[in-house]
Amino acid sequence: MHLALVGTPNSGKTSLFNALTGSRQKVANYPGVTVERKEGSFVTPLGRQISLVDLPGTYSLRGRSPDEEITRDVVLGRTAGEAMPDLVLCVADSTNLRLTIRLVLELKSTGRPLMLVLNMFDIATRRGVTVDVAKLSEALGVPVVTSIAVRKGGTADLLRRTDEIIAAQAPVAFQQNRWQPLTVAQLRATQREADRIIAATISLPTKPDTWTARVDAWVLHPIAGLLILLLLLFVMFQAVFAWAQPLMDLLQAAFDAVGQLVQDTLPAGLLQSFLQNGVISGVGSVIVFLPQIVIIFLFILLLEDFGYMARAAFLMDRIMGGAGLHGRAFIPLLSSFACAIPGIMATRVIDNRRDRLTTILIAPLMTCSARIPVYTLIISAFIPSRLIWGWINLQGLVMFGLYAVGIASALGVSFLIKFFMLRDYAPAPFMLELPDYKLPRARSVAIGVYTRAKMFLQRAGTTIFSMMVLIWFLASFPTAPASATDPAINYSFAAMIGKAIAPLLAPIGFNWQIAVALIPGMAAREVAVAALGTVYAIEGGKEAADQIGQVLATKWSLATALSLLAWYIFAPQCASTLAVIRRETGSSKWMAVTFAYMLVLAYLASLSTYNIACALGAG
Amino acid sequence: MANNGHDDRPHLPLGLAKRGYAGVIHHIAAGDASSALSAVELESRLIELGFVEGARVQVLHEGVIGRDPIAVRVENVTIAVRRREAMAIIVA
Repeated sequence: MHLALVGTPNSGKTSLFNALTGSRQKVANYPGVTVERKEGSFVTPLGRQISLVDLPGTYSLRGRSPDEEITRDVVLGRTAGEAMPDLVLCVADSTNLRLTIRLVLELKSTGRPLMLVLNMFDIATRRGVTVDVAKLSEALGVPVVTSIAVRKGGTADLLRRTDEIIAAQAPVAFQQNRWQPLTVAQLRATQREADRIIAATISLPTKPDTWTARVDAWVLHPIAGLLILLLLLFVMFQAVFAWAQPLMDLLQAAFDAVGQLVQDTLPAGLLQSFLQNGVISGVGSVIVFLPQIVIIFLFILLLEDFGYMARAAFLMDRIMGGAGLHGRAFIPLLSSFACAIPGIMATRVIDNRRDRLTTILIAPLMTCSARIPVYTLIISAFIPSRLIWGWINLQGLVMFGLYAVGIASALGVSFLIKFFMLRDYAPAPFMLELPDYKLPRARSVAIGVYTRAKMFLQRAGTTIFSMMVLIWFLASFPTAPASATDPAINYSFAAMIGKAIAPLLAPIGFNWQIAVALIPGMAAREVAVAALGTVYAIEGGKEAADQIGQVLATKWSLATALSLLAWYIFAPQCASTLAVIRRETGSSKWMAVTFAYMLVLAYLASLSTYNIACALGAG
Repeated sequence: MANNGHDDRPHLPLGLAKRGYAGVIHHIAAGDASSALSAVELESRLIELGFVEGARVQVLHEGVIGRDPIAVRVENVTIAVRRREAMAIIVA
């Protein structure tokens, strides 16, 4: 049996989905679109195996965005490869039935068997809302059940009725699909009909929610609200950088230990190199980001479930809107300062496809933590540590400048995308429900974090891993001859490619050693530091970074160093990010677009930096 | 009956209302708003969020820059909307 969950945003659809299916969930994308497909399974009390899809939230079947088109098409059985639901469960927030009742009336015209689930019924009862369930069911002509998704046994009634409906298959059996897009007049008439039914069957709350109003007085206050937002972001940043660090160090140490074990047990040679440098350090360099990803999603899901995300979007809307970004793009972009991968995955909170795509495209321009080792290395080697105007450290100023250029160019690119690339998309005007605050439920949040972590690891295990192996291959073959005097990497394909593209990079001041280091640097940006060390034949170790700095200071001109810094602001130097973009957008096209535009920006930035620096005598 | 108290009040686009304003929706004039959406699309979306004639509205909060967007209580739901789109909602 196939069931589908339909409901307005904030109807508690996801917590009901989590309550019914637990961790038996699969998250993927619908083919060809940036829309998340969530499917789970459960068994009814009578032992029926049910597969349940959680369809994107919508207020109507008009399909004004790709997400809403999916909901409409699945309900109508128009999606290829997607089973037509045997029963549609329309989920409603019992404290706020107005918009859902209209959706139910529209869903009825599709002829699909339908059941209305009055979710969060406990909260409604507490507020003094009374619902005449039998009368509501009669007025709507569909079965109505109450549920409390977040309580144990709160879905018992829902499960029992599902069994009854499947067994009977009669009361709401398949009917002719009479659904057509509603005209404005029909929409208005339906809302009037819904309001009439509500007036006849549902009493108004006797104890309205004063808590939300009191919290909002602070959270949406023009000044206090922004301070609260900044404070939350500060804690989130702190958590991502500081709290994740011990766990990341632990993971890194574990992978190093396994690598060392391989080095000690296996004879030196290709197999050892493949396992140690290709598989273990390749996969390890991605999996060390897992703590950051878990922490970011923990914050995002808590804030989302609490109802704060919509408020953050409200506060940031005008500030982000100036650059053509949606208010909801704020958190994903902020996460990208840690790493673009969780940032891009977090864009799932943006429901409009165009806004989501813009955010994905600019997320890699935010200075991620992997750039920090590269920046630190070059800055400490080339920029003198002296004070300007008595209190500003020049090195710190350069670092700040690199971050600032990243942010400024992200906003600029977003502005350009808005005007040139995605013009045909109707911009989503900012219209958003600000749901009543609700305490997040540990179980629902845990399931959400677990699902994201699993998705990330699957990615690390497939796309990212194969790219790592490719990069290892390029850096290792052909092997160095026995009489080799240079480091082994200098005989490899990476060196050949590096030397071949060196003439192209000469105008921006890069020598062939830099070109070679850029290739293993594709695995992760900070790997370029180690690769430079390898190319200049410096033994690794604790002081290696300092030594690399000293060597570079003698071998490069200041102009070259500045040019490399400019390059790293923009360069698409991260295979994992590109892989995630491909997975999240469901197409290689946007991965290619990102790669190309960043490469062009990087080249132009380096070209002008190098030439200006040379002209000023730094060559 | 409930409308009597509002009939003598002048009509006002919700987009011009200040924080604390409370009234009832008189009609939707989607053609009057300079939204990026077409009039039909804007009207449909507003109705879908509960902005229909007779609904009680109250402006609860205003944004930081230019007092935009606004958070509007519509019956028992709170909706955030930009003033530009709220110009289509005529209240009294």
